[in-house]
Amino acid sequence: MLDQDHTDSISTAIENAIETKTAVHITAGNSKSFYGNSCDAKPLDVSQHRGIIDYEPSELFITARCGTPLKEIESVLREQQQMLQFEPPHFGENSTIGGTVACGLSGPRRPYNGSVRDSVLGAHIVNGLGDYLRFGGQVMKNVAGYDVARLMSGALGTLGIIMQVSLKVIPMPAAEKTLCFECSRTEALQKMNRWTQMDVPITATYFEQNMLYVRVAGIESTLHSLKQTLGGEELVDDNDIWTEVREQQRAFFNDPAPLWRISIPEDTNHAALFDNCVIEWNGGLRWVKSNTSDNEIFSVAGAAGGHATLFRAEHKKTNCFQPLPPSLAKLHTDIKRAFDPHNFLNPGKMYS
Amino acid sequence: MNPSSDIFAIFENCLPSANILATVEKLRPYECDAFTAYKSLPLAVLLPESRQQVINIVKRCQRENIPIVTRGAGTGLSGGAHPITNGILLNLSKLNEIYELNPTLRYARVGPGVRNLAISDAAEEFGLYYAPDPSSQIACTIGGNIAENSGGVHCLKYGLTVHNLLEVTFISAHGEEITIGNHCYDYPGYDLPALMTGSEGMLGIIVEAKVRLLPIPQNKEIILAAFNSVEDAGAAVSSIIASGVIPAGLEMMDNAVIKATENFCHPGYPVDAAAILLCELDGYEQELQWEVEQIEQNCRRHKATSVSKAKNKSEQELFWKGRKSAFPAIGQLAPDYLCMDGTIPRKHLAHVLSQISELSQQYELPVANVFHAGDGNLHPLILYDANQENDLARAEQLGGKILELCVEVGGTITGEHGVGIEKLNQMCVQFERTELDQFERVKTAFDSNRLLNPDKVIPTLQRCAEFGAMHVHKGELPFKDLPRF
Repeated sequence: MLDQDHTDSISTAIENAIETKTAVHITAGNSKSFYGNSCDAKPLDVSQHRGIIDYEPSELFITARCGTPLKEIESVLREQQQMLQFEPPHFGENSTIGGTVACGLSGPRRPYNGSVRDSVLGAHIVNGLGDYLRFGGQVMKNVAGYDVARLMSGALGTLGIIMQVSLKVIPMPAAEKTLCFECSRTEALQKMNRWTQMDVPITATYFEQNMLYVRVAGIESTLHSLKQTLGGEELVDDNDIWTEVREQQRAFFNDPAPLWRISIPEDTNHAALFDNCVIEWNGGLRWVKSNTSDNEIFSVAGAAGGHATLFRAEHKKTNCFQPLPPSLAKLHTDIKRAFDPHNFLNPGKMYS
Repeated sequence: MNPSSDIFAIFENCLPSANILATVEKLRPYECDAFTAYKSLPLAVLLPESRQQVINIVKRCQRENIPIVTRGAGTGLSGGAHPITNGILLNLSKLNEIYELNPTLRYARVGPGVRNLAISDAAEEFGLYYAPDPSSQIACTIGGNIAENSGGVHCLKYGLTVHNLLEVTFISAHGEEITIGNHCYDYPGYDLPALMTGSEGMLGIIVEAKVRLLPIPQNKEIILAAFNSVEDAGAAVSSIIASGVIPAGLEMMDNAVIKATENFCHPGYPVDAAAILLCELDGYEQELQWEVEQIEQNCRRHKATSVSKAKNKSEQELFWKGRKSAFPAIGQLAPDYLCMDGTIPRKHLAHVLSQISELSQQYELPVANVFHAGDGNLHPLILYDANQENDLARAEQLGGKILELCVEVGGTITGEHGVGIEKLNQMCVQFERTELDQFERVKTAFDSNRLLNPDKVIPTLQRCAEFGAMHVHKGELPFKDLPRF
């Protein structure tokens, strides 16, 4: 497929949508179409609007159109020994950079190097009025006007179609190694909580079935010394584990029960409700397989100071995000209206 | 009844009358923030001592239609906390309590009036610190840091305020208390902490914040490299970044600043150098030594005339002292200076500096340059004398030209100081009307009656037209609907 600028055709599609008062459901690679609430609207495929527009390794940024395949971006960065800091999940062959930013999902590296929104430097969007707007830029520091570019991350396309995005990139570590520790869930949480207070280059943590996996990064001598400091056994063949964790390909994820994503304070004692789980992010991210009612899960996650998301489920989803308090919910409605007054963009995808 | 007693009557049930300042002599210290070129007095300065008092005041202002300008320590450089003559100045410096330090989850929960450095001081006993370090960190408050998305010298590695902020509780324009964010790795809904950060007091009044604390780096090195040209120094910066090292700090100073600081506090800078780089590295043991070698090699490859590593902690402090004294040192060269704050892609550094030098000659005002080289944030300091007729106007014009130059090369008019009132005209250069309109609609979503810091940051259509430096996109003339003369 050729790199092409489809700004005009996307703008025309939005103008038509406005004229005919027909809402659109923004799509591209369909790799993350399972995520968020169901959206009954006419599909608008933006995958043709693709191509890397600018990449300057020494300036630490990349700018690409929304439909650019994520794997293409990662491959171009890898050639220069660089990477996206948030190690995004692909969840499919056709994952695009626009969808990645719109979903705002980060992978195993997130607690140590930052999230999707942390790396957003700028974005061009088309809002629900059909205006083509540019916010932020390609530089690390930019405080001119409100940070609308970052607001697009995780907004699931409900505030605007991300036409192109500029992201901060970082150097790849010289090398990485995985250490594993056989321990209980409680011990694993204690270990991870202790390490977060130390100045050590850990870049991922994952716990399942009495085994804690820890990825460390650095030059060879650093890795050697980290093994002394942290302990554990070196995982000899560690090529695939972090891909499997990121892409949810571990056996745990095969269970047909609904998959919940529970984001809670790292030191939260594990609730019985969340017993069937795996843990990432120092304890801050817990993936739970459960048939318990939505409300009960929202309530337990909320009481712990966090939030829950119904991530994958067989049935059609209508309320998969943690309910917001009334004043905050109203603010969300007002912000949505500020960008998309007629509710043309991904209606109901996030909150209805 | 005189206006001053009116004010006491309006707010008497909101906060103790001793916390209402309304006489000219008491208002005078608040006539400006650290953007001192313009001065005006508010109706009153209110100093609430509690969140409830803030709510009382906001509700009262909403009823009486009185604009509110929120202020912390008043160290802002762009006039974000500049008073409005028909409004009140809400000073939150009394909300200065550190409510909680959580070493396990590595956060501090603080009032908006807590000083930036006080957070790191309090967290030190747990081996933690708060990373963003604007040069005014000894005085500036966290509420103001959030409002301006403050940076500092360690942004390249540790990010700005927005990257280190977990949760904000604010009072809305209608007096409602709303909490956004949390101390997890993400939160449900829109990224409102990102929107609130850098919104310059226009979306809500921050009454509490949770900020991320980091482990204090165990090892640190500082390298000083001198160059015969700014081009060489700029090339060295690019090659350092491309080599895969992310320094904790990477600062550049030009000859004017080198001489001024050496004269001011004797940090041992080479006064004959055209530019120096100051590079701070922190990291894990052996890793750090490898990084030091990378920096030294890259500086030498780009014709550094000298490269030296600070021998001990006191020399490290001395090297930094020079950089941190740059502004007061420049202050000794002229009665007044304007500090600009553009950000540019680093590759355009040499071009931008030579253009600044030409502009400096054209406007007959000297310019000294300090540069957060790692993240492309340039601080040209324009020297002038406010007592000379037209000097301020010329300095502002020159500053405006420099910012427009930053936009031209793909950068921005403000990296970390904010727009405030200072850069309203340049907002017309950086943004098109549809974009400014989108900002307006965001503002309305939070503050439909425009009571919170009105007339800052977002220029009106009329102002852009009068400024005459409108953004022309794809050759289309903007503001077609306005008459031209």
